[in-house]
Amino acid sequence: MKRLSLKRAYAAGIVLILAMLPLIGLHIPWILPGPVDVVDSAGTLVVLGLGFVFAGVALGFDVLFGFAGLLSFGQVLYFATGVYVLDVALSDWHWALFPAILFTLAIAAVVSVVLGVVSLRVSGIAFAMVTLAFAQAAYYLIEDNPHNLTGGDTGLVAITTRLPPQLIGVASTRNLYWLALGFLVVVYLLVWLSTESVTGRVWLALRESERRAEVLGYRPFGYKLAAFTLSSMIAAGAGMVYLLLVGTATPSAVAATTVTVSILVMVVLGGLGTRWGAVAGAMVYIYLQQWLLKIAAEPSFGSLPSILRVPLSQPDFLLGVIFILFILFAPNGIAGLRASRGTR
Amino acid sequence: MTATPAAAVIEAQDLNVSIGGSHILQDVSLAVPKGGVTALIGRNGVGKTTTLRALIGLAPSTGSRTMAGQDVTGWPVHRIIRLGVGYVPEDRDVFTRLTVKENLRLAQTARNAGYDRVYRLFPELDQRGRQLAGTLSGGQQQMLAIARVLLHSKPLLLVDEPTKGLSPRYVTQVVEVLKEVSQTETILLVEQNVHVVRELASRVIVLDHGQVVHTGDAADLDSDAARRLLGVSL
Amino acid sequence: MSTFAAITISGLALGAVYFLVASGLSLIYGLMGVLNFAHGAFLTVGAFAGWALAVHLSAAGGGAGWVLTAIAAACAGAAVAALTELLLIRPLYGRPVGQILVTIGLDLALVGLLLGAFGSSSRAIPVPAWLSGVTAVGAERIPNGDFVALGTGLATLAALTWFLRQTRYGLIIRAGAENRDMVRALGIDVGRAFTLVFTIGGAAAGLAGLLNAVVFNSALTDPGQGDELLIFAFIVVVIGGLGSIAGSAAAALLVGLVQVYVGFYAGTGASLAQLSNISVVLLLVVVLLVRPRGLLGRAA
Repeated sequence: MKRLSLKRAYAAGIVLILAMLPLIGLHIPWILPGPVDVVDSAGTLVVLGLGFVFAGVALGFDVLFGFAGLLSFGQVLYFATGVYVLDVALSDWHWALFPAILFTLAIAAVVSVVLGVVSLRVSGIAFAMVTLAFAQAAYYLIEDNPHNLTGGDTGLVAITTRLPPQLIGVASTRNLYWLALGFLVVVYLLVWLSTESVTGRVWLALRESERRAEVLGYRPFGYKLAAFTLSSMIAAGAGMVYLLLVGTATPSAVAATTVTVSILVMVVLGGLGTRWGAVAGAMVYIYLQQWLLKIAAEPSFGSLPSILRVPLSQPDFLLGVIFILFILFAPNGIAGLRASRGTR
Repeated sequence: MTATPAAAVIEAQDLNVSIGGSHILQDVSLAVPKGGVTALIGRNGVGKTTTLRALIGLAPSTGSRTMAGQDVTGWPVHRIIRLGVGYVPEDRDVFTRLTVKENLRLAQTARNAGYDRVYRLFPELDQRGRQLAGTLSGGQQQMLAIARVLLHSKPLLLVDEPTKGLSPRYVTQVVEVLKEVSQTETILLVEQNVHVVRELASRVIVLDHGQVVHTGDAADLDSDAARRLLGVSL
Repeated sequence: MSTFAAITISGLALGAVYFLVASGLSLIYGLMGVLNFAHGAFLTVGAFAGWALAVHLSAAGGGAGWVLTAIAAACAGAAVAALTELLLIRPLYGRPVGQILVTIGLDLALVGLLLGAFGSSSRAIPVPAWLSGVTAVGAERIPNGDFVALGTGLATLAALTWFLRQTRYGLIIRAGAENRDMVRALGIDVGRAFTLVFTIGGAAAGLAGLLNAVVFNSALTDPGQGDELLIFAFIVVVIGGLGSIAGSAAAALLVGLVQVYVGFYAGTGASLAQLSNISVVLLLVVVLLVRPRGLLGRAA
């Protein structure tokens, strides 16, 4: 019991510190990921906010893959749904924020249940491929720019005229940062509650062996669909926060398979089946990615010998290598590293 | 009369195998002397097949194993086999999508192969050379599974329940073949059929609940012992 | 020759390129149970190796460079594939999910490296004039590239079939796809077959990457092409049935034809540009729901 409340105090402390970052005007050279080396600068806050958004997506994916053992390559579809449906509602149809959000959630729910029911008819590799197929179809659909809604390749800039004033304008970055942080906290609680419940135990049993779960009297389908839907809704919610934070939707950033790969890397890096691992993995990934891009844009970077400059200029290369190293030598991710240190 | 270690072709010490949470073999130690047939017997599910698989490395185990005088602990499967071991698995495991001839060719590892001996013992296989192994009857597949390990002279054969599910005619054929083979090769035979055991084996090792409970001459295996150790009546 | 026939040849040529990629993927999955996402990187490496050699040769004024270029592409793909198996896949034996994930990581890293080295803009591959020309057949003009692609695909199919049916390693691979443990129990080192299968797949992929760039992308290649093609190759493999070469061939032709027919007959409205891609994806979904093991795949 004591350990549990210590953990909770620890977690609450971290959230508190993160919440206070926008109020700290500290100048820290080199380490910060934004273009300006001050903690509460818009650049830093946006990157951290992105980290929170993807941490949410990663948590949802952890529920699906880490807990229920369902390898899906299609969660990006729901993320993109969250981004684009909200964008279309705001920018093409000029709705107010709250109706737009509700509408987006409703669409996401319907799509995830329908596609979930269809996809779960098969399992294993076939399931992974079906989810990939649906996500690809969504990507193509967005690129096609039906009825000129999505803006196709170039994307759709969110029109902010009907957004509440706190979310637009100069001071908005702080509020958006807190919104993203709040989103992550809510998602974390949701995931924590569901994985600690009976449903969570069934998910773990399903991951080990579907037959064993059946023998224990549980019908796998309902639980799998629940994991699928929960994960998808979280991704959709993250998409909405993403849109508010970043202000634009482009297919290559939110609907392409590169996003699927990123999520996979985040969750594996952090450690499957541990909740905080997914958050850590996502934060590390986004941080590294943005920080590397920033470093590559520095003037002194161009003077590095090309053997260093070329690999470092592409975050994908470094992240891919780190991913490979983790799979080979630290398959339980960051969470696994920390756990093994604790037992020594 | 117990075999001296120098004459043993297989030795296992403190073999332990756990699969999926069940501790299947517990501290199994055994020695198989050179020559003739040693039978590994016991009730269903006591770990006989697992013992064979552990010996050749198909099932992960702890403990030490010696085959043909070599310590093979930790060796990969194919390396152990290359010492001169033939394995006839319980489910035959012939390659159903390959022809009979291809199944045999796969087992052929050197230019000189005893196809003469194989076709003499199993003329049916010669006739059905181009037939897909998956379309053979159970008995024919058993012939093929045994034929595979007879292509080259292998000093040691591990044979797992070769008469299971076979009609009497095939049982007889299998027993005849094994009898002839045992004159030149050592066989460790897992068998449920006590009559076959009595006909072929000179020694028995009895397994119960993953442990060795009796080792001795096959001749001493009378009806009392059989009922006690195997739960069968002769 | 009618327009329909010309379009069909185009679809078959596309299918041939798909088959080159899918056959390797299918072989690897059939024998090793690994979904090799790094195939996308093999494709790109092959295309770039071909580009590098072609540029070098044309600068030196060479003429018969095309065959060498193709060989270079295949060899580059084969080399990267062999290294992948030896360094990344082998250590992960017994961890199938880890193997799939490591190929995803490799794809990410390799394509990232190429992006860093070459940027995302396209490179033009110097090709002999006849390759970018057309041949008149009846009233239609068929691009010569289509014939080259078709020919390469057929030659590869023949070579693969011969290899699997007539050689010892082909026998080992066919047996291993059914029961790896029993192959080991016959004293055969399956590990060598694993490396071989990756190498063959890599060679075919390298060649496919080059062909894809030259025939279907106006001889332009960029680091992102490999992954785009890979998605279709995966769709082909799954539709055809994982582990079946014949299935990959049939599905490759089917997908190629569907793409080309839909692309041509569905019109060219701006909102329909991706319809051919969507229809392929839908085809996959339908096949998976009706027959999860694919057209010619083995029942689980």
